[in-house]
Amino acid sequence: MSERFSVGDRVRVRRAYPPGHVRAPYFTRGKVGEVQAIAGSYRNPEQLAYGITDAERLPLYRVIFRQSDLWSDYEGGPKDTTVVDFYENWLDPA
Amino acid sequence: MTGPRRVHDMGGQDAGPIETEGHVNEPWEKRMDAIRMLCGQRELLRTDEMRRNIEDLGPGVYTELGYYERWCAAISNVLLQKKVISVDELGRKMAEVEERWTKARKS
Repeated sequence: MSERFSVGDRVRVRRAYPPGHVRAPYFTRGKVGEVQAIAGSYRNPEQLAYGITDAERLPLYRVIFRQSDLWSDYEGGPKDTTVVDFYENWLDPA
Repeated sequence: MTGPRRVHDMGGQDAGPIETEGHVNEPWEKRMDAIRMLCGQRELLRTDEMRRNIEDLGPGVYTELGYYERWCAAISNVLLQKKVISVDELGRKMAEVEERWTKARKS
């Protein structure tokens, strides 16, 4: 499986709000982070959730965000981060 | 532009203090866990289907039910969707169990 992004790439989580089973947390949508690791490739859970057992395989990325980028009112330290896993369909180049 | 946040997608929302004490599971909760594993082994239920059905319980039910009650509701819905059980069958069985339970408590 060829991955669209590499470790160190800046990525933006798509700002999309479809109904149904969604694997991108609400608080990350539209936010920019950096690919920290590629965690393998797995069948798309957004399809598996509807009983599609031969769902396509997608790369899974571990993306690191600065807390201050996620929360406009963040009061913790400037070095604080959060790591969230995303399937490739949720990421655009930033 | 933002869209609606669904009730289960609660990252970053105020949630009050975290209970760090361990707790003992009720026998029915353990049974729920066993039923889930069995459904998985029989390829009737995948983790993502389970999650989707828990999310689809919606705001009222999702917030009112406990952890394993959500499992019970979600597994029931999956088994209904897959025609393993029927609504009528489930309703009758629930009434039967409730009656047995009421009698047992009286005696």
